[in-house]
Amino acid sequence: MADELFELMKQSIIDGDPQRAAEISRRSLEEGIHPLEAINRGFLLGLNHVGEQFEQGEMFLPDLVLAGEAMKAATAILEPEIQRAGGKRESLGRVVLGTVKGDIHEIGKTLVGTMLSASGFEVIDLGVDVPFELFALKAKELNADIVGVSALLTTTMTGQKNVVQALELHGLRPKVKVILGGAPVTENWSNEAGADGYGKDAMGAVALAKSLMGNKVSDAAD
Amino acid sequence: MQPTLSLLEPPLIERILREAFTLISERGVTVQAQLATEVLSSAGAHVENGIAHIPEALARRAIETVPRTFSLYNRAGEPAVIYGGNNVQFDPGSSCVHVLDTDTLEHRMTETADLVRLVQVAEMLPQYAAQSTAVVCNEVPKDMGDLYRLFVVLEYSDKPIVTGAFSPHTVPVMIEMLAADSGGHAALRAKPRAIFDVCPSPPLHWSEFAAQNLVDLARAWVPAEIISVPLAGAASPVTLAGTIVQHAAECISGITIHQLAQPGAPVVWGGAPAIFDMRSGITPMGAMETCMLNVCCAQIGKSLGLPTHGYLLGSDAKTIDAQAGQESGIAAVMGALGGINMISGAGMLDSLACQSPEKLVLDSESIAMAQRLLQGVQARTETLALAMFANAGAAGDFLKLPETRRLFRQEQHIPTKVIDRSSLHTWEQTGKKDVVGRAKDKVSELIARYKRPELRTAVDRALRSIVEAQARREGMEQLPIV
Repeated sequence: MADELFELMKQSIIDGDPQRAAEISRRSLEEGIHPLEAINRGFLLGLNHVGEQFEQGEMFLPDLVLAGEAMKAATAILEPEIQRAGGKRESLGRVVLGTVKGDIHEIGKTLVGTMLSASGFEVIDLGVDVPFELFALKAKELNADIVGVSALLTTTMTGQKNVVQALELHGLRPKVKVILGGAPVTENWSNEAGADGYGKDAMGAVALAKSLMGNKVSDAAD
Repeated sequence: MQPTLSLLEPPLIERILREAFTLISERGVTVQAQLATEVLSSAGAHVENGIAHIPEALARRAIETVPRTFSLYNRAGEPAVIYGGNNVQFDPGSSCVHVLDTDTLEHRMTETADLVRLVQVAEMLPQYAAQSTAVVCNEVPKDMGDLYRLFVVLEYSDKPIVTGAFSPHTVPVMIEMLAADSGGHAALRAKPRAIFDVCPSPPLHWSEFAAQNLVDLARAWVPAEIISVPLAGAASPVTLAGTIVQHAAECISGITIHQLAQPGAPVVWGGAPAIFDMRSGITPMGAMETCMLNVCCAQIGKSLGLPTHGYLLGSDAKTIDAQAGQESGIAAVMGALGGINMISGAGMLDSLACQSPEKLVLDSESIAMAQRLLQGVQARTETLALAMFANAGAAGDFLKLPETRRLFRQEQHIPTKVIDRSSLHTWEQTGKKDVVGRAKDKVSELIARYKRPELRTAVDRALRSIVEAQARREGMEQLPIV
């Protein structure tokens, strides 16, 4: 019975169906399935499947976005129950995200936010046209692990470097990692700006964030 | 008869316009510049929380005051670009940040020398009616990047210029430069040399800079071109029809702001509508749907009697390969058949990021073919064939006929050697060059023949002193050698 439900959970994410995901979440609670189990053995498998299919070019951005939305709908129901049970869904890390000052493009940034939170990160989205300093202030205030800076225009891309500098000024580097994103961003630019990497797309950003968190854990262990 | 391509039936045009007017009046348009919201609200638009609700009647009155046709002038003061009707003209794509090095296939950051080369090539090719401020010069402080590009083009070209500003405070400086070039503000107004692209942010958002830009340009009577950039499926509805509605709403709201600021000032219904690539998240400039959107959006502008602009001929290929030729060639034909007055985008690769002199050369060949297409089929002789048959004799030797010699240049477009029609033997003997090799030869030949325009000393001095003052303000002691 539970296996059947896990399969339905996975499918609701693959179908990008938030209503169905919410419905199955409620049903699983009624049937006494632990909410953490529902996420890890059901919904997350769907998200991973969509991510893999996207990487292979078999699924597309709308599939990804709606899978993220469905994931959000499920976790909105399951997470309060996890807390009520005295547990906690382990956060993969806290990410402060925004599009840099002078730039109001948010498609890419929002997509990255959706995929990060669907994957288990806590995401604080500062929106667009975000002043350099504000990234640093928010990262400090919220004790963020990662700051994600998006820029679509080559003219605003230079602002990503200013954000890195602002974080340095506030003494947050290298503890707080910086990831860059946006159409004109390259590895070279990421290095030049002093960031920790760039995501070539939303899935790339998730993989990068996960690997940086992995490094952080081992840094701390050292 | 100029052949045309029409993708929208009249009832669909009407539906599109009806929904566009509904969008701007009911949903409203975000307008961030105070000057622009004041202009709108004093004319009867309801403005609340930065959202302007523009009544259809007000927008329609504004559309009525737009000049149906106007010209851009070359340095000699002759009309060299005519907006309006079914005139079709081309200019290179603008604001690229990379240039393709055809030897290494590297996409390099652009500098002044790259812009100069592009201007020289476009100057020599008659297919380009206008220049554009084609690339950003990365060695110059970015806060003066827009006016500096204009300076370089003014120094190296006699043609009209499609340009644009990056910030509100550079617009007056650029207008000052154009006035210096034209011989004063009155002369600039009478015979404008340049047009400024102004971009709303999709969906339905006029940033403070863009809205201010519209007002400033209108009041200076410097032509403005609205560049609405809906991206179907991401920043606009996924359907082509829905995206055309948004484009219309953005153009109409921009035109309303512009015409309320100065009725009768020249403004163009334009844009760079594109689909959104669902795999890569880029805006595929070479997509068929992008071509269709440009043709359709222009068709809506034409239905209102307005001058039109579109963004075509950019390719998503990273190098000058078969994909680049295919995408840009199809786009040139579609844009020409669409009767779009100004088609920007030639020379571009990597969507909108990279420019290339060699690609400009290749695209000029596609444009020439499209221009031939626009000439259509004409009855040039009294009998279509009978007289020529009578004169050609039993063997049908048409090559000998005086009519052949008299008419072949009108009937046939004769491409340059960039298009290879030689024999296999000749091709082998001349180094088996592909189109990139031949385009490189052509670029060298054009640059060797190029002659820099002779600016009057007073004009040159005035331009330099304006740009040098800006450079000092930005902490740049010496300009690159221009």
